[in-house]
Amino acid sequence: MQIAARPATGGTILDIQGDIDLAHSPAVRKALLQEIKEKKTPKVFLNLEKVRYIDSSGIASLVEGLKASRDIGSRLILYGLSKSVREVMELSRLQKIFEIHESEAQALAS
Amino acid sequence: MPVIKGGKKHALPAGNGRLLKLELLSNPEALCLVRATVERAAEVLHFPDTDTRAIVRSVDEALANVMRHAYGGNPGKPIEVVCNKVKLDGGAKGKRAGLEIVLEDRGAAPDPAKFKSRPLDEIRPGGLGLHFIRESMDVVEFRRKKGKNQLRLVKYLSPAEQDPGS
Repeated sequence: MQIAARPATGGTILDIQGDIDLAHSPAVRKALLQEIKEKKTPKVFLNLEKVRYIDSSGIASLVEGLKASRDIGSRLILYGLSKSVREVMELSRLQKIFEIHESEAQALAS
Repeated sequence: MPVIKGGKKHALPAGNGRLLKLELLSNPEALCLVRATVERAAEVLHFPDTDTRAIVRSVDEALANVMRHAYGGNPGKPIEVVCNKVKLDGGAKGKRAGLEIVLEDRGAAPDPAKFKSRPLDEIRPGGLGLHFIRESMDVVEFRRKKGKNQLRLVKYLSPAEQDPGS
């Protein structure tokens, strides 16, 4: 699992690489909450293009990030979801709760 | 035996349906290895991609539950995963091949009240794993026997995907 942050228009992009499962969801949660709660970044873009798998603990981390962003009035924006990640979003009925875009260009333009 | 979901007639393999047996420890780092193995087993049985992902997701979530709840997050505890090829006797509709996965651990007995999924309209972290399993598998059975938890998951191939030779 690799998580890298880079600046973007109005916020920060977090590039995630690897599976977000029980072993690695705590790292994703930590990175997200650091951006949202500590740095109070107005827009956090989560790049999931290189995430092949996400489990319920990963989804829980994203939900926690979403709640934190709503609490401070910032935005958490996801993009580049694989078929597998999209399926899990749909199973959780969260695809309409999160702000999701196909590509980085679309996410940045939103 | 509390049956979480199931009720279909099934044939338990008498050993000759055994595909593989994995012995692992309750270390979350092992999950990716099990996912890769189960994915390959499902592909070998000609499950379509969507079903293969559903099977992998279910096994991963079930193992994560064992690690987090039955063993309370303690690494180094034993878990056994057995994969069997099974056949469902569908009567006039013929037999359907399937993949049975049995997970066994020696952790704490789960609270039956926790077998209930939470309402999905509640947007909060947690409580989704069992929902994923129920949505994905044809049979989900749990039993506690001789100090061990045993979870049996089965996914059948749809009639259209049956291999005539199976």
